[in-house]
Amino acid sequence: MKFFPHTDNDVQEMLRVIGVNSLDDLYAEIPEELKFKGELRLPSAMSESEVRRELQGVANLNDQLVCFAGQGAYDHYTPSVVPYITARSEFSTSYTPYQAEISQGTLQYIFEYQTMMCRLTGLDVSNASMYDGSTATAEAMMMCVAAAKKRRKVVISDTFLPAVMDVVKTYAHFHGVELIVVAAKDGLTDLDAICRLLEGDDIAGVLVPQPNRFGLIESFDGLADACHAHKALLAINTMASALAVLKTPGEWGADIACGDAQSLGIPVSYGGPYIGYLCTTDALIRKMPGRLVGQTVDTEGKRCFVLTMQAREQHIRREKATSNICTAQGVMCLWVACYLSLMGTKGLREVNENSYANAHLLHDRLLETGLFEEAFPGKEFLCEFTLRWKSDKMDVNEMHTALSMEGFLAGVVVCEDCGLIAFTATEERTEDEMDELVEAIKEAAL
Amino acid sequence: MNKTYYGKLIFELSKSGRTGYSLPKVESKYQLSALKCQRQAALELPECDELTVVRHYTNMSNNNFGVDTGFYPLGSCTMKYNPKINEEAATMPTFTRLHPATPDHCAQGALHVYYETQRMLSEIAGMGEFTLNPYAGAHGELTGLMVIRTYHERRGDTARTKILVPDSAHGTNPASAAVCGCEIVQVKSLADGTVDVEDLKTHLGADIAGMMMTNPNTLGIFERQIPEIAKLVHECGGLMYYDGANLNPMLGVCRPGDMGFDVMHINLHKTFSTPHGGGGPGSGPVGVRKGLEQYLPNPRVVKNFEMIEDEEEYSYYSIECNDEALGSVSSFLSNYGIIVRAYVYLLSLGKENVPMAGKLSVLNANYIKEQLKAYYKLPIDGLCKHEFVFDGLKDEYAGHHDEPDHVVTLDVAKRLLDYGFHAPTIYFPLLFHEAMMIEPTETESKETLDDFIAVMVKIAEEAKADRQMLKTAPHSTPVRRLDDVRAVKDAIFKF
Repeated sequence: MKFFPHTDNDVQEMLRVIGVNSLDDLYAEIPEELKFKGELRLPSAMSESEVRRELQGVANLNDQLVCFAGQGAYDHYTPSVVPYITARSEFSTSYTPYQAEISQGTLQYIFEYQTMMCRLTGLDVSNASMYDGSTATAEAMMMCVAAAKKRRKVVISDTFLPAVMDVVKTYAHFHGVELIVVAAKDGLTDLDAICRLLEGDDIAGVLVPQPNRFGLIESFDGLADACHAHKALLAINTMASALAVLKTPGEWGADIACGDAQSLGIPVSYGGPYIGYLCTTDALIRKMPGRLVGQTVDTEGKRCFVLTMQAREQHIRREKATSNICTAQGVMCLWVACYLSLMGTKGLREVNENSYANAHLLHDRLLETGLFEEAFPGKEFLCEFTLRWKSDKMDVNEMHTALSMEGFLAGVVVCEDCGLIAFTATEERTEDEMDELVEAIKEAAL
Repeated sequence: MNKTYYGKLIFELSKSGRTGYSLPKVESKYQLSALKCQRQAALELPECDELTVVRHYTNMSNNNFGVDTGFYPLGSCTMKYNPKINEEAATMPTFTRLHPATPDHCAQGALHVYYETQRMLSEIAGMGEFTLNPYAGAHGELTGLMVIRTYHERRGDTARTKILVPDSAHGTNPASAAVCGCEIVQVKSLADGTVDVEDLKTHLGADIAGMMMTNPNTLGIFERQIPEIAKLVHECGGLMYYDGANLNPMLGVCRPGDMGFDVMHINLHKTFSTPHGGGGPGSGPVGVRKGLEQYLPNPRVVKNFEMIEDEEEYSYYSIECNDEALGSVSSFLSNYGIIVRAYVYLLSLGKENVPMAGKLSVLNANYIKEQLKAYYKLPIDGLCKHEFVFDGLKDEYAGHHDEPDHVVTLDVAKRLLDYGFHAPTIYFPLLFHEAMMIEPTETESKETLDDFIAVMVKIAEEAKADRQMLKTAPHSTPVRRLDDVRAVKDAIFKF
């Protein structure tokens, strides 16, 4: 299958217009020794039917497990409308909306997305997406440093998901940021330790997660005041879906809200595409990375939308830009806007309520087996929680593998040596599925 | 595209009490209202029924122009056709419902796709190994520069902090270098747009980490001096970085690895036909020559071979983390769904057609250039590769630039919209005042190109006959020219 419309005659006519004899002559200026000789070691061209058959073969090698895993990717309900709308090729096959006159569709959904993210986070302004939650957090770190001008230290709580932490550490290393990792205290952010560090008056920013890597809900009482008293910025990374019910970054007094919006009905998709979000205050808008859509009028006075404040961006400011980001997650903004339009406030709250109910039910049922104990007793959580495996028949990894053979993705092992495992139950899980999981675990541990 | 402007926002369609979702009822003793730190401010999201939402976004889509709508000759963006079989494959539940924490033995199919794509890209690029983890082109640049810095750091050579960038480079090149903590040294171009090797020599030294280049360059010109440039940079201890933005014309003809590049990225959303999505999601795989693969970011997808009893070889894939890696740049395996699309494209084209894609993209570009150069200024004549740059209309059509109402590139671009074409990339590269960068790609037919050429000629004539009409174009789009200044002044970024 090929996707070129050229007939042999077309090629000949076109070559004649150009004044060369063959397609190879179009490369006449390239030194012979640089040219690739021989045949590429690729499969032979396939027809569409053959491609389908090949893909079905590949698909058969994957096992569909019942998902009780989270750790940054959550199996929530997706209304059928969302993939249907986002697949419209007027949206998906367009470029970044530089020609605003023929891109109002893209510009409008980004404007809607920005509005919804501001309302969710309680902050003033949202950009038009980052790649994912981890890179959004790394960008938040770089924003802190850029806003502080001379300070290069950023404090991060060790309660971030390890995958996010790894990315932030990588960016910090190359960007010349001294990242100070504050160890968790009883599974939560150690606010006292952070406040002590702020006393040094050389911290550019503080990064904390909500809920944290163990699924626990954090309290950031007094943290924003402490940061601001020492001229540091506060960035809170929140799982987007939880913003509907938990105290918002705006309410905590944060300067930056960032995170992954995958939890807003985006399929888990083996890791992506998801969408990172980043919101901030009006005061910091010129330090914000990424694209931004603003409202304006056309020459006839019609309200319309356009990419704006581009003087921050790489194609104008080059090495002095706030970030190198160019292509971000585009049509995933539409995914979020469409999802939130369907769910509304009530629906998003119900998602959280049902997930909360399911997760707490599963939590108690798993404890009842006697095979687990609470890792962080009495701490609040939403849809993900961490338990300690205590059976001496097998270690936690062996249990996890055994369960995968039974068709379950039984959480994610977060600490092999200490037997910690994080389970998630979203609104998509049924009571039957939870019962079956519990039974399968009991069976495995026999 | 519908020329009537829709223009409503979803918030304006909201009515209290409407819903567009359905969830199963859960009766539970576990009540979320027991939580301590709850949101205080009311959350205002739209309240709409399903049909209202569907009509709203459908109407909005009708004010949008995509490759499926019409010709999109946007230079440096490679707006080729996005095959629908790619979409069919990427939306298979076997991929979309697979959680990233799935044990490797339950995800062998998904890992096969990732690994094989990695391998095929290595073959096409002449590189040792690839990672598919970077999310986009600029992210690939950043990752590639991290590889270069890691290479120097591990040798204990910490003085190398400067990156050479030609003055014609994309803005992301210097921006990525800055994010990576490097200092940028700009290298001059010659009058023909290629790198000034003499100028390059003056910058070489023990502080050079590497050099970033595209080839063909931003003007669509092949840098013939590339072996000399690579030799000079290597001799001074630096590495060569290839920005794959312009890889399309090189497919199967000339490989970056064979040109002397050590590290590179590819934009799957350019060269390998995955949709641009109005600005993403893209994918920016990074390739390295042999000897640098240990620095590629975690996590890595590895193919393992084992002998079983009857001496039959058995292979399986696993996700590994390597201590020598530069770190990691993505939470999981990046924009996995985009990788599936590129994989399917490569299977469809196969070894027979991959080289044809490149050659026909060059044929299409030269065909347009030859027929329009009588009307538009062509600063650099001769064979181009996949794209070329005009420096605006010729004066005999545009008027002299001293005349206050002379026709500029922006006017031509806007007038093209009236004729149902997307505009070329304009005012880039910065080497020319009236730059107009045209890249047709290989998926366009001769008929489409002929139509485009005819319209470009017609616009030249219009410039002579009715300048005011061009200055106020477009006339038949959903909205007319927008007030950019007001957007900045009013600073309205939300409803």
